[in-house]
Amino acid sequence: MTPDDRRYSSEHEWARVDGDEVVVGITDFAQTQLGDVVYVELPRVGDQVKQMKVMGVIESVKAASDLYSPVTGEVVAVNDAAVSEPQAINDSPYERGWLIRVRPDNLDELKGLMSAEEYDLHVSDRGAEE
Amino acid sequence: MTAALHTTPLHDWHAAHGARLVPFGGWSMPVQYPSGILAEHRAVRAGAGLFDISHMGRVEVRGPDAATLLQRMTTNDVLALGPMRAQYSLLCNERGGTLDDVIVYRLESHYLVVVNASNRERDLRWLRDQAAAWGLAVDLVDRTFEVAMIALQGPAAEALLQPLAAAPLETMRYYSALRTAVDGRDVLLARTGYTGEDGFELMVASDEATALWEALLARTDPLAPAPCGLGARDTLRLEAGMALYGNELTEETTPLEAGLGRVVKLDKGEFVGSAALAAQQASGVPRRLVGFEMVDSAIPRHGYSVTAGGQPVGTVTSGNFGPSVQRQIGMAYVPPRLAEPGSELGIEVRGRTARAQVVPLPFWKHRTKRIGRAGA
Repeated sequence: MTPDDRRYSSEHEWARVDGDEVVVGITDFAQTQLGDVVYVELPRVGDQVKQMKVMGVIESVKAASDLYSPVTGEVVAVNDAAVSEPQAINDSPYERGWLIRVRPDNLDELKGLMSAEEYDLHVSDRGAEE
Repeated sequence: MTAALHTTPLHDWHAAHGARLVPFGGWSMPVQYPSGILAEHRAVRAGAGLFDISHMGRVEVRGPDAATLLQRMTTNDVLALGPMRAQYSLLCNERGGTLDDVIVYRLESHYLVVVNASNRERDLRWLRDQAAAWGLAVDLVDRTFEVAMIALQGPAAEALLQPLAAAPLETMRYYSALRTAVDGRDVLLARTGYTGEDGFELMVASDEATALWEALLARTDPLAPAPCGLGARDTLRLEAGMALYGNELTEETTPLEAGLGRVVKLDKGEFVGSAALAAQQASGVPRRLVGFEMVDSAIPRHGYSVTAGGQPVGTVTSGNFGPSVQRQIGMAYVPPRLAEPGSELGIEVRGRTARAQVVPLPFWKHRTKRIGRAGA
């Protein structure tokens, strides 16, 4: 079940509002497509990220993939546990496998992202194209 | 326009069991099953895994001049093969560049050569053309589509296979072959593999492949083997320090540069490439294949540039995270002065230099069958 407590980008990242911060990660669809994650490169605390701009890299056994930030703002936390044990991203992409926390410049930006239902449609459309 | 991909006899089984299928060497092959590459890799080293390797070419070399042809075209000494023994070997061009890595089996009345899928058609043409040019009485028969090949690899492989096999396996030597019934089916069994573990490669008629595969998967004593795809096959062979054609082995590199001098028998007589290889041996190789591990965290990958002192010195041939050695590892060609373990290298990853260090190969210590000796 795609959690409905958050918003989704076309690049298969999610953004969940938590107080005055936004938590960011990749979706279950993304981790399935990637396969076993063996390496992830994330921004550092204090870095600026921009919506739909590359913020890092996630690598599986077979491929390297860019990570795009779904929001604009300042990185306030990085999930070091996911960096040292990337399996968490496969096992728990919506919870333990979170990637960064951002202090967003403008929460309105999230309106430009998809709901869980819209994201599910986006994924199934994509599946139909393949 | 692309030609249609070949499919192995097990293709439907793979598809029905959730395999992710990819084109490889002209074949549609499973890269992984739902459990994923890391789980498959670990299952092999912990117990046993099962691999469909029917995409590899199986060519019989028959006739009075079979041994002569192979002796003149491969680097290893075919005449040193005893009956039902096999040897790792290479096909080279006149410049000593590697055309393929192969296993040559001396069977009862002919030779069998197992070649890489991507090179099957080229190797066949090359062997046939040379045989004709030399006027040799040889018949080359491509059995790839009539005979399937399944690899069972891992420390539990022998225990798992024995109850299904008529012949005793405990005394079967590494790199030997025998014909026996497995699950009541005629199988050519070889104690060979591409993982660094004990194991077997089973050749069976294509129309019996699925039944044999399922019989092996149904084993529970001492454990069930895991179906494994090409992804795990690659991480296993990388940890074992084994070369992959197209990566470590290419037409632009020689077996001596790749560190395979042990299967290049320059004393056996002339073979295609022997003059070039002898010259290279005399003058010293211009580059050497080494293993390395990352010092700065990054995944090294095929094609990444290798630097030393800020200058480009080579290229990564293969690299990944090694699930059993738990390190980021790779292989690369470097100048001989940088080939000693401990040498410092830089790997260019997305525009930055990640530090690495040369280490001895293999990364994972082999546990292949040794008769009459305790331990590996």
